[in-house]
Amino acid sequence: MLKRIVIGAAAPVLAIVIAMVITIVILLMSGNSVSGFMSTIFSAPGPRNVVNIINNSSVLYLSALAAAIGFRMNLFNIGVEGQYRVAVFAAAAFAGQGWLPGPLNVAVAFVVAILSGALWAAIAGVLKVTRGVSEVISTIMLNAIAVSLTAYLLRKWGHVVGNSLQTKAVPKDSWVPGLDVIPGAPNEVLGLTLVAVLAGVAYWVLLNRSRFGFELRATGSSATAAVASGIDVRRMVVTAMIISGGIAALVGLPLLFGDTHSYGTTFQSGLGFAGIAVALLGRNNPVGIAFGSLLFAFLVEQSSLLEINAGISNDIVSITQGVLVLSVVVAYEIVRRYRQAAEQRSVAEQLAPVDTKQEVAA
Amino acid sequence: MRLRGIGKRFPGVVANHDIDIDVRAGTVHAVVGENGAGKSTLMKILYGVQKPDDGTIEVNGAPATMSSPADAIKLGIGMVFQHFMLADNLTVLENVVLGAEKLYGIGDKARAKVEEISRTYGFGLDPDQLVEGLGVGERQRVEILKVLYRGAKVIILDEPTAVLVPQEVDALFANLRELKKEGHTLIFISHKLDEVLAVADDITVVRRGTTVASVRPADVTSRKLAELMVGSELPSPNTEESTVTDEEMLELDHVTLEDASARKLLDDVSLRIRRGEVLGVAGVEGNGQTELTEVVMGMRHPTRGHVELADADITGWSTKKRRESGIGYIPEDRHRHGLLLDSPLWENRILGHQTREPSVKGMWIDRAGARKDSERIVEGYDVRTPSIETTARALSGGNQQKFIVGREMSSDPVLLVASHPTRGVDVGAQAAIWDHIRDARRRGLAVLLISADLDELIGLSDSIKVILRGRFVGDFDPQSVTPEQLGSAMTGADGAGKED
Amino acid sequence: MTIANDALAPDLGQLPMDRRARRIPVWAWLLVAFMLISFARVVTGSNELDSAGTLREAITAFIPIALAGLAGLWSERAGVVNIGLEGMMILGTIGAGYFGTFYGPWQAVIAAMVFGAVGGALHALATVVFGVDHIVSGVAINIMAVGVAAFLADLWFSGLQGGGPTQSPPVEGPASINLTGVSDWAKTVEDKHWFAVSDLASVVGALTHDLSLLTVVSVLLVLATYLILWKTSFGLRLRSCGESPGAAETLGVNVYRYKIYAVLVSGAIAGLAGGFIVLVGAGLYQNGITNGRGYIGLAAMIFGNWRPGGMLLGAALFGYTDALQLRAGGGAVHALLIVIAIVLLVYGIFQLRKGARVAGIVTVVAAVLFALWFFLTKEVPADFTRMTPYVATLFVLAFSAQRLRMPAADGLRYRRGEAG
Repeated sequence: MLKRIVIGAAAPVLAIVIAMVITIVILLMSGNSVSGFMSTIFSAPGPRNVVNIINNSSVLYLSALAAAIGFRMNLFNIGVEGQYRVAVFAAAAFAGQGWLPGPLNVAVAFVVAILSGALWAAIAGVLKVTRGVSEVISTIMLNAIAVSLTAYLLRKWGHVVGNSLQTKAVPKDSWVPGLDVIPGAPNEVLGLTLVAVLAGVAYWVLLNRSRFGFELRATGSSATAAVASGIDVRRMVVTAMIISGGIAALVGLPLLFGDTHSYGTTFQSGLGFAGIAVALLGRNNPVGIAFGSLLFAFLVEQSSLLEINAGISNDIVSITQGVLVLSVVVAYEIVRRYRQAAEQRSVAEQLAPVDTKQEVAA
Repeated sequence: MRLRGIGKRFPGVVANHDIDIDVRAGTVHAVVGENGAGKSTLMKILYGVQKPDDGTIEVNGAPATMSSPADAIKLGIGMVFQHFMLADNLTVLENVVLGAEKLYGIGDKARAKVEEISRTYGFGLDPDQLVEGLGVGERQRVEILKVLYRGAKVIILDEPTAVLVPQEVDALFANLRELKKEGHTLIFISHKLDEVLAVADDITVVRRGTTVASVRPADVTSRKLAELMVGSELPSPNTEESTVTDEEMLELDHVTLEDASARKLLDDVSLRIRRGEVLGVAGVEGNGQTELTEVVMGMRHPTRGHVELADADITGWSTKKRRESGIGYIPEDRHRHGLLLDSPLWENRILGHQTREPSVKGMWIDRAGARKDSERIVEGYDVRTPSIETTARALSGGNQQKFIVGREMSSDPVLLVASHPTRGVDVGAQAAIWDHIRDARRRGLAVLLISADLDELIGLSDSIKVILRGRFVGDFDPQSVTPEQLGSAMTGADGAGKED
Repeated sequence: MTIANDALAPDLGQLPMDRRARRIPVWAWLLVAFMLISFARVVTGSNELDSAGTLREAITAFIPIALAGLAGLWSERAGVVNIGLEGMMILGTIGAGYFGTFYGPWQAVIAAMVFGAVGGALHALATVVFGVDHIVSGVAINIMAVGVAAFLADLWFSGLQGGGPTQSPPVEGPASINLTGVSDWAKTVEDKHWFAVSDLASVVGALTHDLSLLTVVSVLLVLATYLILWKTSFGLRLRSCGESPGAAETLGVNVYRYKIYAVLVSGAIAGLAGGFIVLVGAGLYQNGITNGRGYIGLAAMIFGNWRPGGMLLGAALFGYTDALQLRAGGGAVHALLIVIAIVLLVYGIFQLRKGARVAGIVTVVAAVLFALWFFLTKEVPADFTRMTPYVATLFVLAFSAQRLRMPAADGLRYRRGEAG
């Protein structure tokens, strides 16, 4: 059992070590202070930072979950970025109108968001299933189209606020209150971070315990075996993309209802790609992704002080993140292969005395 | 060539040990052994694809070490693989010339050389044709041409007749005799004893990874050879009394399947299988067998015609619905279609049966149920595995197949579609699988058996149909048919099945 | 790798070689396109549709995409999917930015290729040596490249005059070809607005004024690629690695080595694409300047059926639409609508005659919708024009699915000793 944990943790630990080493090398080569970097990054975060870390990691978590569902199906949904943008816009536009009272407004807006995100993702899914278009390219194209599309819609229906365009602000009774859980913090944990936790649980239950989850994993593992076993692979692909898009839709909602209260040209972007990185880091596993998103959020939060404290550009952290992703992926592959060989050896050893007629060649 | 004390181990498996072979120059030397005896690994060692862990190889009296096929080629050794190593999208010329561009370049000089070899040995190959369009026999000739182009003196053929019908085998042997006359040495691996006796000058028998005997064909009979090969009684696929009933289970009614360019993959095929009956379908690979199973299983829908299961028209039904109605499926490629290789055995129990007990309760997976039933299958079908948590990939081919058979029989199917059910499976497992099929037949199971193993077909079936270019071209009674008759029908040599 | 099409639907399979529509040569397509656009220009009076200026812009937009497509081709012909192209281009841009600022244009070109090749080396290491899934590795490299470029930009360009933490000062590009006499004469013919003749003159004008040497180099690279990959033994071996690595291995080809070469070259050419964007396109480095062109290049490669000629056609299509929206804005893109309508109509009729009823009807309806859009509006809003290359990519990929034939072993993990 212990051996299993050690092997399971080997890959990410190895990756973190490699990422740290390379970061240090880059710092040295660019003449920056390694100690300054270390002391800033590894300093204890203040209460306000803790709140930020929690908020950011929960948003990252949702984004990673969306990507991970796709990955489990061997689908590369790079379009989380575009999906959440479309979804947040739709939700903001709807909620801003305030046709429904308070909490009901929020609930329905959620549904609107999920449907929009799912629809945007479904386009890529349908293209793949009917025309064989690679979802990698189509989702990336859809990301770019989403940017222009929402910009256009904002221009037609948005209001000028300061020097940006925004949708009509969500009425106050639809604002989701924060949670004042961290003592001493001037800011609050976004109320909707709980959504992240719920989503993670739902993801695990769906994938590991439900029949649909089995079929999804089977299709991802071997599409040919899935077809032979009666699974409608095409339907699976579209369904998986829809679910992925639906989860992606949630990414922007905590911010919308708890912070900005409208969608505009300045709404946070880039969460989609970060989510993909975290999904790869966490091996598409809800617990792994949780650690990954906390780690990334931690790094980003601590790095905001790098410029001030040590005169280092905080872009260094994105290099660390990038190296981390690449090395973790390589490390997992090495560990996987080692495990496979070990298993084959142990199986043969256990069977050897009884069964000497081993099948050797096909 | 001389091999002494060759040994090779893989994680957990000893493929070869203490192999001793003497090959005289200018002869046809056959290496025989059953599936899984270690012949293929031995050949890979002879060709440099694998390095031996122990032992020595001598070529023309001088010791030779080969760490890659390039070394083997330099020594004048060429190999014709059982599974052809050809790139479909490249031409015959490109395939032949690859890796040997320095010999005659890649242009006209090379083309001329290819044409010359083709003419000398009567291969009939066009250098600029894409390999994709070639038939099995032609592809094999391309492989042989590749080897001759590089000036090989020693040619190794791995199960060359595995994919050929009797007439093509004769053609191949004629080519081999021609090559021998020109001074080449041929080493040929097989498990088909009658062929070996017909063409070899020397025979080496390999069993359980080591050489057990070295004989001349004149000194030995087929039965003696078989005994040497297997060491125990041969499995006999012979059938006993008929269990065929009157109740019709599966019917295909004038089914035609066309592809995107209106090419007929299945052309007006009709068949009937009754309860307790095994219908065998014989044919050279690529003549519609795969499409036939796909149409019955619902993975493809016919362009015209109907499929009926016990009076219900299932032509439009999904694979899932067909499985739920009691169709079991043993796929020809268990790795691609039958298993989730990286999942534990108990999860593989669920595959194909994910809408029924015991694997599933409503929309949830019943893990306990699946585990328990996996234990039962492992027990009942003699699947050798340390536990049901073992990853499917770690099991041997025979055990994987036994598990699949056990799984498919679990739901008490009414129809079993068995496609090459004992391909790549060791003899013990093969016998076990045949027994299971016979047992189920006695209990009323209808079986559609598709196989390339003529002995299996003749032994297990109640009636045999031959498929050629998507059409059924002959009906045979297994009790009275001979492999030659089947072979003729399979290749159209008797005039049946020609395009009008 | 991502779910292969043959598992999805056997009917989505490929037409056998002998039945494929006779391959219509690249130049024939160009001629048809030329005629269509000329016609649209005359009918709508939208002269910007193919003015010399627009065409120059189109060349500037087309080359990076073509280079990216070429890079993808090198890699995929050897069996390695290279989604990380975008990242390698980004590395190329920062390399060109630095060396362009502190040294000269041709040093910047070399630097761009070297930086891109470094990205390629990483991809090769991960996929060929360690056997990581190709797409995952590519995505990881893209993530890394963005961070690296942003960091280096801040490090190198902050505090420089004309620069800043996210952009370099203006950099000098390589020399251009200027045959002023010819281009002036061409301009006069162009201004006459005659059908076809004036359009031809625009083409001449575009090619004789301000034609960067780097453009010429790039075109030569494409030609060189064709010759190397299809006419030499090195190329044959490389392609065999992408078609049947098992066969190649048994014939003594060191598959690992060829894959590594291919990916390195791929990275270098991608880097060059990035360099072109900085040196010739924008005249400086800026964070995010590649803007998805790597992916569009991959789409061009797929559209071109993994052959240089077809890929150029795809890149030309994307480059042209990109230039049109940048330069000519709403009015000209609006004129393009009628071209699209005509093309769809013709294709739809072709499908109906072939017997594909549903698909044909859909296409014809789409043609009618585009025609309506053309007649009912005066111009296409700016946001929509900006979408053009991306929407075009989607359309092109959706329509070309059937006739594609990718290298047989593309994207598959290859381990030595799996042969036989």
